[in-house]
Amino acid sequence: MMRARTTGLAAFAVVALLVAGCGERPQVVNYKQGKYQGKPDTPAYASAPYNGNRQQWDNAIDTRAQHQNEYVRLRD
Amino acid sequence: MARMKFLCDAERCIECNSCVTACKQEHEIPWGVNRRRVVTLNDGVPGERSISVACMHCSDAPCMAVCPVDCFYKTEEGVVLHDKDLCIGCGYCFYACPFGAPQFPQTGAFGVRGKMDKCTFCAGGPEPDRSAAEFQKYGRNRLAEGKLPACAEMCSTKALLGGDGEVIANIYRDRVLRRGKGGEVWGWATAYKLPPSGGQPGAPGAAPGVAPTSPQPAGGTKS
Repeated sequence: MMRARTTGLAAFAVVALLVAGCGERPQVVNYKQGKYQGKPDTPAYASAPYNGNRQQWDNAIDTRAQHQNEYVRLRD
Repeated sequence: MARMKFLCDAERCIECNSCVTACKQEHEIPWGVNRRRVVTLNDGVPGERSISVACMHCSDAPCMAVCPVDCFYKTEEGVVLHDKDLCIGCGYCFYACPFGAPQFPQTGAFGVRGKMDKCTFCAGGPEPDRSAAEFQKYGRNRLAEGKLPACAEMCSTKALLGGDGEVIANIYRDRVLRRGKGGEVWGWATAYKLPPSGGQPGAPGAAPGVAPTSPQPAGGTKS
């Protein structure tokens, strides 16, 4: 009787040891994107001299960007 | 819609630090804070390369993800900005940023950190555009004036390009194809495989090794 109980306990311990790894949780932190809590900002084209004219602002930025291309400037 | 990016051409950068100086001067950055700096690899050895580094305005910015007070936001143009009134100067963003962009001014004795300061792509902050408060906290708002970042526009060799990602990628692609060097690097076909406007990939004059249009697997291969 005693021997059967010891064997049973030993078997239980072995099984518990074998499946111990199954309960492991991933250790990598998953960052969640937060929500902005500060003051609202206005778009770059909202104020003067563009006064909300997005197209005009886009054109100005594009023109400005092309000035960085010296091949375009050399052709002029 | 524009997505603002920086691109530094290591073949052109001569480590003159004019981008750093332009940034410092434009925004009146205090001593000890460097929104932009030039990093040189193999300094003094033939073949050394320099690159100008600042906030890269990541599409999926880690600083935004780790900020405990959520003081970061992204503009319509993809510029990553933050609200200094909310920042607590904890430094988490500094640890998260792979480019070392967040800077912390020393505000007193015993290494007390001030509020975080970083490159704004010359887009100011949440204060009213071009106001004194915006200039004091974030520097000049050149985007609201229809201008591009001072560092890129002041670059003496035009190594540093700034602006809409598609536009500056086209400028860079055109440049590499003309000089015939740079197209052999790993990832070229992934990043710049489109031909310049009107040109044909693999045409005469194209950079050696530029892939003639065959689709490349994600992650890029040496083309």
